[in-house]
Amino acid sequence: MFDTIKIRKDFPILSREVNGEPLVYLDNAATSQTPRQVIDCIVDYYSNYNANIHRGVHTLSQEATDKYEAARQTIQKHFNAQKAHEIIFTSGTTHGINLVANGFSSLLKKRDEIIVSALEHHSNIVPWQMLCEHTGAVLKVIPMNQDGELVMSEFDKLLSQNTKLVFVNHISNALGTINPIEVIIEKAHQVDAAVLVDGAQACPHIKPDVQALDVDFYVASAHKMCGPTGVGILYGKEKWLNLLPPYQGGGEMIAEVTFEKTTYADLPHKFEAGTPNICGGIAFGAAIDYMNTIGFDAIANYEHELLEYATEKLLAIDGLKIYGTSKHKTSVISFNLEGIHPYDVGTILDKMGIAVRTGHHCAQPIMDYFKIPGTVRASFAFYNTKNEIDKLAEGVKKAKMMLS
Amino acid sequence: MTIQEIQNEIIDEFSMFDDWEERYQYMIDLGKTLPLIDAQYKTEDYIIKGCQSKVWVHADLENDKVVFTADSDAIITKGIIAILIRVFSNQHPKDIIEANTDFIDEIGLKEHLSPTRANGLVSMIKQLKMYAVAYQTQLS
Repeated sequence: MFDTIKIRKDFPILSREVNGEPLVYLDNAATSQTPRQVIDCIVDYYSNYNANIHRGVHTLSQEATDKYEAARQTIQKHFNAQKAHEIIFTSGTTHGINLVANGFSSLLKKRDEIIVSALEHHSNIVPWQMLCEHTGAVLKVIPMNQDGELVMSEFDKLLSQNTKLVFVNHISNALGTINPIEVIIEKAHQVDAAVLVDGAQACPHIKPDVQALDVDFYVASAHKMCGPTGVGILYGKEKWLNLLPPYQGGGEMIAEVTFEKTTYADLPHKFEAGTPNICGGIAFGAAIDYMNTIGFDAIANYEHELLEYATEKLLAIDGLKIYGTSKHKTSVISFNLEGIHPYDVGTILDKMGIAVRTGHHCAQPIMDYFKIPGTVRASFAFYNTKNEIDKLAEGVKKAKMMLS
Repeated sequence: MTIQEIQNEIIDEFSMFDDWEERYQYMIDLGKTLPLIDAQYKTEDYIIKGCQSKVWVHADLENDKVVFTADSDAIITKGIIAILIRVFSNQHPKDIIEANTDFIDEIGLKEHLSPTRANGLVSMIKQLKMYAVAYQTQLS
């Protein structure tokens, strides 16, 4: 039995009220809430050993460095990376993507091809458009079908000897579809293309094994998996990280500097210019420890139960349509009420203390495909309950009554 | 009536409502009933893009007063637009430029005008004032 009563006690924010009602937080795909264990870790850092790392000989600096590098190892173990220096700390998923895109600008030539999926977040499209403008490479898109799944037969057609990079999210933020990245990686490798997977939406729900996947790059954000904002990771295979040039210049990323020439530091520091988000990195490690204590199998099972329960409850409402109906999806439900703008539904739900996301979810191409201005998106985490889903369904019914 | 008088009248009306439901139902009804803009102006030229809902605004000068019409694809946004038009339309440009929107706080709709709200209303109010500035220049 999954003990949500006990788990919810770990999250101080879940006991607050919004607009006079108990908070029902269903915007987990945007950011997850933070357990006491992670908050304590942040307080401990600033209370006891706040110092700059990798430079000082004094005790505080040593302690901070040890904890920061221990967090890197926690993350390495979690993602099953072969080496700790294959984990690069970033400011988040977008940073990781830009780091790789920037690195490829020196590796691509005219008419090389980059394949992205139609299910991407804006931040997954723009860096590649910029890269193509810069290098003369061509951007190709894997289309999606009515269920919000990638059309894999079209992917096969797009792949060629010109393909240098394939870029896809593990799970779609707007629809919750789980993409068949194992197949994508295997096929891309057959033409020697590298694969970057955006794991921002996947990591709160599943534990990716980067070696088993044989993925070349994998990016994630701490704030979607019970950690703080402003920190994330890029996993890259050592051979790729050695091949890519540094992204930003600054302290920490250099080995030796003269005005004639600078030698870059070894991995991972080559990509970690300047003072990093030290506290964030350490707290990210604490967040991963926390989630592993609960267990990703237990989380996945329970969230699937919530998804099925919520799908049934919402579909019972007349005129409600769900977007993203793949059999392979995580606990995200994107929906609209017939003839009603998602913004209006979100506004009424907020008045009832229910936090959902409305809008295009930074995935306008998907909304254009369905010819809608946006959706209401409810996304569930392991600390949500069926009782909260009942409140959501009641809220949607009330919104419908008021707005139609 | 002056802008201030209309604002006071709206504050009085809203003070009768007991809770958010009554306030919102009133705005939704406003949004449903009012034809706010001529169809010919519901085009890209007159659009103010919020991140989520769209707003269209048009202005004309009639007898030295600015007449606004506007619309939105979201009904609560449209209800707030109806209130804003009631306040600002048919007023002298100078009065529109000098007016504030503090009354929105008093009637409990503050959150709709905060910068985090992606409904286009903050830009809409800027646009109303820009029209007023343009017409003021024309008049003087």
